[in-house]
Amino acid sequence: MLKRNQFVLAAVFSLVLAGCGGDKGIKGEEGEGGGDGVTASGLSDGSGTSGSMLDADMEELLGTNKVYFEFDSAAVDQPSRRVIEAHSQFLIENSDVNVVLEGHTDERGTREYNLALGERRANAVAEIMVAYGVAPGRIQTVSYGEERPAELGSDESAWQMNRRVVILR
Amino acid sequence: MFVLVAVLTGIRPASAQLEIDITQGVAAGIPIAVVPFEYRGSEPPPHEVSDVVESDLKRSGRFEAIAHENFLSRPHDHDDVVFKDWRLIKAEALVVGRVIRMETDLYRVEFRLFDVFKERQLGGFRYEVTGSELRKIAHQIADFVYEALIGEPGAFDTRIAYVTLQVEDGERTYLLRVADSDGYGPRTILKSKEPILSPAWSPDGEKLGYVSFEEGRSMVYVQRLQDASRQQVAAFKGINSAPAWSPDGRTLAFTSSRDGNPEIYLLEVASGSVTRLTRHHGIDTEAAWSPDGRHLVFTSDRSGRPQIYRIRRDGTGVERLTFEGRYNARASYDPNGERLTLVTNQGSGFRIGVYYLESQGLQVLTDETSLDESPTFAPNGAMILYATQKDGRGVLAAVSSDGRVKQTLRFQKGDVREPAWSPYNQKL
Repeated sequence: MLKRNQFVLAAVFSLVLAGCGGDKGIKGEEGEGGGDGVTASGLSDGSGTSGSMLDADMEELLGTNKVYFEFDSAAVDQPSRRVIEAHSQFLIENSDVNVVLEGHTDERGTREYNLALGERRANAVAEIMVAYGVAPGRIQTVSYGEERPAELGSDESAWQMNRRVVILR
Repeated sequence: MFVLVAVLTGIRPASAQLEIDITQGVAAGIPIAVVPFEYRGSEPPPHEVSDVVESDLKRSGRFEAIAHENFLSRPHDHDDVVFKDWRLIKAEALVVGRVIRMETDLYRVEFRLFDVFKERQLGGFRYEVTGSELRKIAHQIADFVYEALIGEPGAFDTRIAYVTLQVEDGERTYLLRVADSDGYGPRTILKSKEPILSPAWSPDGEKLGYVSFEEGRSMVYVQRLQDASRQQVAAFKGINSAPAWSPDGRTLAFTSSRDGNPEIYLLEVASGSVTRLTRHHGIDTEAAWSPDGRHLVFTSDRSGRPQIYRIRRDGTGVERLTFEGRYNARASYDPNGERLTLVTNQGSGFRIGVYYLESQGLQVLTDETSLDESPTFAPNGAMILYATQKDGRGVLAAVSSDGRVKQTLRFQKGDVREPAWSPYNQKL
């Protein structure tokens, strides 16, 4: 359904990215809610640097492209901040890549308020990226509010997966 | 991104796609007998007028329709009525009438309403209408009966707009639809692969404002129902959403984050000029106008959580209205301007409430489901239509504004949400 669409979009984008001569073929992939399809392939062979902890960390952090939030909150916790900073670092190193931040909410509360809340979440991620040094012009935000759940269902486990910002390169 | 948006007009399926279950009615509804109307004509009429009248009255929850098999006589005119026959089966009111086919696609509809105990006619009318207008006349008859017996205007001759999400083979299709208030004859007025939300009727009932994601993010559109012509009216940076017409139809309030965060703006429809109404770094959204056009209410989280605020049309005098409950949002006025209906969470889920502006009291009307949203008053203020979820599926439900009558509206397929009750239709 939706997931597949986003997957296809992300996959197409990765192809475009690869085709653009990005030497690091990192695929930002929107996978299933829980187990992210981590496909950060090519980092080690492409960059050719020694396998420092930083690179390993980067690889792991770049393997996820979602950060999650509490109900009615746009506060970014520390682990999420590290994910966002890793993506920021990637953007700084790859100036031909831009990013779209999709803000989402769970289904609770009103659709219009959630549309605003989704934007606030996307903006919270954007602010961290800008503070890290990414040019604001390379970041685009869009809010889908509660309209595009990653997980169907009306329980906390689904809601948790739906309160998210997706980082799409 | 490839987006398919189809603006549609004039597609009218023959059968109703909506069934209404009254889950809770008034204990003592008025017992009424609706005698099946006599029909004079060779071919059957396209619509059974008396059936529509009877089901409207039943649906309101305010009447108890007496079963036809108990009828002792079947009058169609004043002279045939034997009041004793109706007293015996405890009918308090009686509706009789006939439909006469005058010529091709021209029908004469006659009806009379009687008070059984006073043995008196309360009203009677004769109309000449086309076949397609027969249902509309039936709704007008039901409105007359409702007002004569309840003492308040009926709202049967009205429409509802709503959004349906259908998922087939993994493909999502959003439909913005308009149907009669009884769910009959849904017409799809917009079809899109991307979300549609927040339909808002213009006060003349001729246009709908709504939010569509067809260009990849939320933008506000206005569409004329008659010819399906439409216009993008808010496509600023950030979100564009929550359209709300002023009572005179000249101004459209909407939410945009074009200046950095969600604020409410006023668009003068004729000139296209936009002014900013709210100024706060919190979220301000979901504007709704007071019936006199002097105030708007809106949702803001400036206190930390979403609550309802009121502001004058000139942007002054912001005041917080709701304090009860952790989440109050999407408020809108009743036609008298005395009450708001809103979504409220008092700790046990999202419910529909009514807030009384003068007493500042908040009454929670629903309690069976916990994801209630998008409440919309009928133009007579008697019923509130809203969206909720039952068995994992989006459905519409209605509750009387005093909480006594409850209904669920069942659609044949799809996830249904975002209802908006129209103003009164033009009378025939």
